[in-house]
Amino acid sequence: MEKKAPVDRERRKFFIRVLQGLGLAALGGSIWGGYVSEAKTDEVVLRPPGAVPEEDFVRKCIKCGMCVEACKNRENNPDRTKQTATLRLAAPGDHRPKEKGKYIYPKQVAIGTPYFVPREIPCYMCEDIPCVPPCPTGALDPELVSSVKEGKKTLDINKARMGVAVVDMEHCIAYWGLQCDACYRACPLIDEAIKLELRRNPRTGRHAFLLPVVYPDVCTGCGLCEHACVTEKPAIFVLPRELALGRVGKHYIKGWEKEEEQRIKGSKGIQKTITPKSEKSPEEYLNIEDLLDEK
Amino acid sequence: MKNNVLYKNRYLISRRIVQLTILLLYIAGNLYGWKILQGNLSSSKIFDIIPMADPYAVLQLFIAGSLLATDVLIGAVIVLVFYSLIGGRAFCSWVCPINMVTDFANWIRVKTGLHREEWQLRISRKTRYWILGLSLVLSFIIAAPAFEFISPISMLHRGLIFSMGFGWAAVMGVFLFDLFVTKNGWCGHICPLGGFYSLITGPSAIRVKHDADKCTLCMNCKNICPEKQVLWMVGKESVFVTSGECINCARCIEVCNDDALNFGFRYKPQKEEKENA
Repeated sequence: MEKKAPVDRERRKFFIRVLQGLGLAALGGSIWGGYVSEAKTDEVVLRPPGAVPEEDFVRKCIKCGMCVEACKNRENNPDRTKQTATLRLAAPGDHRPKEKGKYIYPKQVAIGTPYFVPREIPCYMCEDIPCVPPCPTGALDPELVSSVKEGKKTLDINKARMGVAVVDMEHCIAYWGLQCDACYRACPLIDEAIKLELRRNPRTGRHAFLLPVVYPDVCTGCGLCEHACVTEKPAIFVLPRELALGRVGKHYIKGWEKEEEQRIKGSKGIQKTITPKSEKSPEEYLNIEDLLDEK
Repeated sequence: MKNNVLYKNRYLISRRIVQLTILLLYIAGNLYGWKILQGNLSSSKIFDIIPMADPYAVLQLFIAGSLLATDVLIGAVIVLVFYSLIGGRAFCSWVCPINMVTDFANWIRVKTGLHREEWQLRISRKTRYWILGLSLVLSFIIAAPAFEFISPISMLHRGLIFSMGFGWAAVMGVFLFDLFVTKNGWCGHICPLGGFYSLITGPSAIRVKHDADKCTLCMNCKNICPEKQVLWMVGKESVFVTSGECINCARCIEVCNDDALNFGFRYKPQKEEKENA
């Protein structure tokens, strides 16, 4: 019989502790991690102007609320003592709207991050954009809301892309033929972001539809239209651009636009994959006599 | 004079004043636009100039994979340098709002006799380091700051400044945990932010100093200390409390009737001492 080596009690204890710790960490980590990965993004949340894309936003925002404070204490805030600030910091349980089912409400905004609900308080598009410069982490990026004016880089709220307004043609009463241009008049970029388009009303035969049409390339997503909409649940509402807009893909080029055409410059044209079959031109290939004998 | 209640609680009172002042300044920053302290404990600005940021939160953001702006990085360095080289883990006892909640739970515990052994679930004080490590691993995997999503500290602090929502539930959880489950359970065992500060504040200058010659071994200090293990030298050696786990709350100094514990400056040059003497 071999003599057993003496048990190193300390070492054994250490390994037991480490493995127990690992077990607990795995259990706790899966619950914790599961919660965070579920709770970190909301599809319909609207962020302040200049916000980087949502996925980056949740990992850049340190939840300090400086943007919210700047929004609340901005100069043109009508009443600082009341809740008139557009931006708010998401608190736990914030997902319950004041009026249930009456408008779109984010379900689970990442806790502590800033957002706004335009039906309650829209973004008033301050020209000096007080909310963006205070951001310490770059989650709100001044570059995204700046344009060059007279050789100088200046903040430009019209460059904000907080979301995009979408019209529900079925419930917009202007599409019924009633006269309503509330959203059009509320729009800070009137006749640019929302235009009224005239169409004959065949039902009456003598009236015109005055239809609000949103131009997503101009719309900032401020939500003043949603706020102004007269229907019970707004028929025009702001959605995150990622959610509301399509994507064409790189292979389409607007040949009639100079800048777009630049994209084909330097392109090698269509890249062909040469196979034994495609070596010859299509006609040549079809005219091969032994086509049917081919393997 | 020395037995005066105010004097016996001088550090406790100072701490409450500091904690509440900081909190009120943050609240005023939001409510009235005061520029003394803006933001919250995650990241803020003093007088609209000096940035401060929670280094642990910044670390999580960094691990989550974001390139951060310089503002928040400078802020994190300022806070890091202050606590690690000067203040020690003073954040926990002089700034953190949860400290008032857990101290309250502890106070009830002592007053109502919940102090006894059967009301004590033994948890390792190293748990916080496991949670700290786990939070960093999760931040990396999920690409989001994991602890910032569940931190009762931020929930309470943000709640008081901005809006509370259901944040009170998390705070209540911490309170009940400390009251019924484990003494100093949250701050001394679980909280990864406390763990983070424990790890980095070892070298700090302001420290409690023990004088073993004056000590009468009454053990009042060990009874009141929320991190007992740091007072290993009591009655044995005349040295500074150098553990990063000491939160510099100074309760030990207050309860000591022998003047055997006092704040000291660890790196005091010899020259200066002579001049003072």
